[in-house]
Amino acid sequence: MKNVMSPLDFSVEELEALMDKATDIMAHPQKYAHACDGKILATLFYEPSTRTRLSFEAAMLRLGGKTLGFHSADSSSATKGETVADTIRVISSFADICAMRHPKEGAPMVAAEKSSIPVINAGDGGHQHPTQTLTDLMTIHSLKGHFDNLTIGMCGDLKFGRTVHSLIEALLRYSNIHFVFISPKELMLPGYIKDKLDSHPDIQYEEVTTLEEVLPKLDVLYMTRVQRERFFNEEDYVRLKDFYILDKKKMALAGPDMLVLHPLPRVNEISTEIDDDPRAVFFKQVKFGMYIRMALILKLLDINVD
Amino acid sequence: MTNKREEYKLNVGKIEEGFVIDHIQPGKGMDLYYYLGLDKLSSCVAIIQNAFSRKMGKKDMIKVEGPLQQFDLDIIAFLDHTATIDIIKDGEIIDKPKLEFPQEIVNVIKCRNPRCITSTEHQLDNIFYLTDPKNGTYRCKYCETKWTPIN
Repeated sequence: MKNVMSPLDFSVEELEALMDKATDIMAHPQKYAHACDGKILATLFYEPSTRTRLSFEAAMLRLGGKTLGFHSADSSSATKGETVADTIRVISSFADICAMRHPKEGAPMVAAEKSSIPVINAGDGGHQHPTQTLTDLMTIHSLKGHFDNLTIGMCGDLKFGRTVHSLIEALLRYSNIHFVFISPKELMLPGYIKDKLDSHPDIQYEEVTTLEEVLPKLDVLYMTRVQRERFFNEEDYVRLKDFYILDKKKMALAGPDMLVLHPLPRVNEISTEIDDDPRAVFFKQVKFGMYIRMALILKLLDINVD
Repeated sequence: MTNKREEYKLNVGKIEEGFVIDHIQPGKGMDLYYYLGLDKLSSCVAIIQNAFSRKMGKKDMIKVEGPLQQFDLDIIAFLDHTATIDIIKDGEIIDKPKLEFPQEIVNVIKCRNPRCITSTEHQLDNIFYLTDPKNGTYRCKYCETKWTPIN
């Protein structure tokens, strides 16, 4: 495998191996501290994303490698009209691997086609964000131990939320998952995702508009932010942004082992009063994200550490 | 004296060698004409709009004189799934090939997703893949947006 464009680029077995590697890195960080000595990761971020960029950079630094790059289109040659294809050809001369975020959907694929180094899609518009999905899967797998037979709630912006779509598609490959989709009518799952769900007979799903009624039965609750940049209309954004707020009162309805995940950043859809609740694992999730990115960098650079 | 009805009769002559694209949805004939590049031909091409059809009520038709080989006929299945092809030799229909959805369509349609990379990097080919052969669904190679005709 040379590039990572979508979470479905991995088979279930490859994903398993990647999570095992990340788990080993977590347990024995010293063993991997110099695995990428002399290697350079380029972070080409055409739009701001502190979390993902820093996670990639931290991952490379913890492997002993170095990083370079830009963090907005304004500080890249894109302002002079340089194409993605030309930029990646240039960067290929400087770095050994690249993580690209771009507001235009498909830009990392254009880069991957012209690149001589591995390209990781670090988010392209509302399309794909594979390393977020790997992070989410890693979190669930590490804390629950399995994916099969889980009841997974997804709440908030299910229409534009790419993390939700990608996670659903990745989870469809496991057995007997029961999805519960919680959203206002305007932000319900798009038809093409429901078509995919419908084509898996052992996957059940339901759509509801209130969170309280379903909380007791959930093993995992995946909260999402209603993102301003996904709306063309400001009025719709303002009307829908505070539809669900997860607070102590709602958490009291949930089971003792339910996990609360969130791709972050949160705005106010998760009240800070639940941050210390052991079921709120969204900050642990960030850490899992770094470890899975470390495992991914090693895999794409074909570096083996025994 | 010429009979008035005869004088104004629409008469498109029989072709000896060529092909007929029949059962085109009414109004789509000109689209197919341009998509297939028939405007660039020097041979005889006839477009008939809103012809009577027992099956469809109205239909468009295109008659083209000349060999078939130079055309990518599979694109017709994508552009109009009702259309059929008759291949003519020596004035007779010798074949009615079945039209299949092409696996890939290059630079025939443009992705309409304003967030797609092809909307800003115009040197890129507009490539669509057949993702659902049963329903003839195509998605953009880059952003995976489903192609939906405007009308």
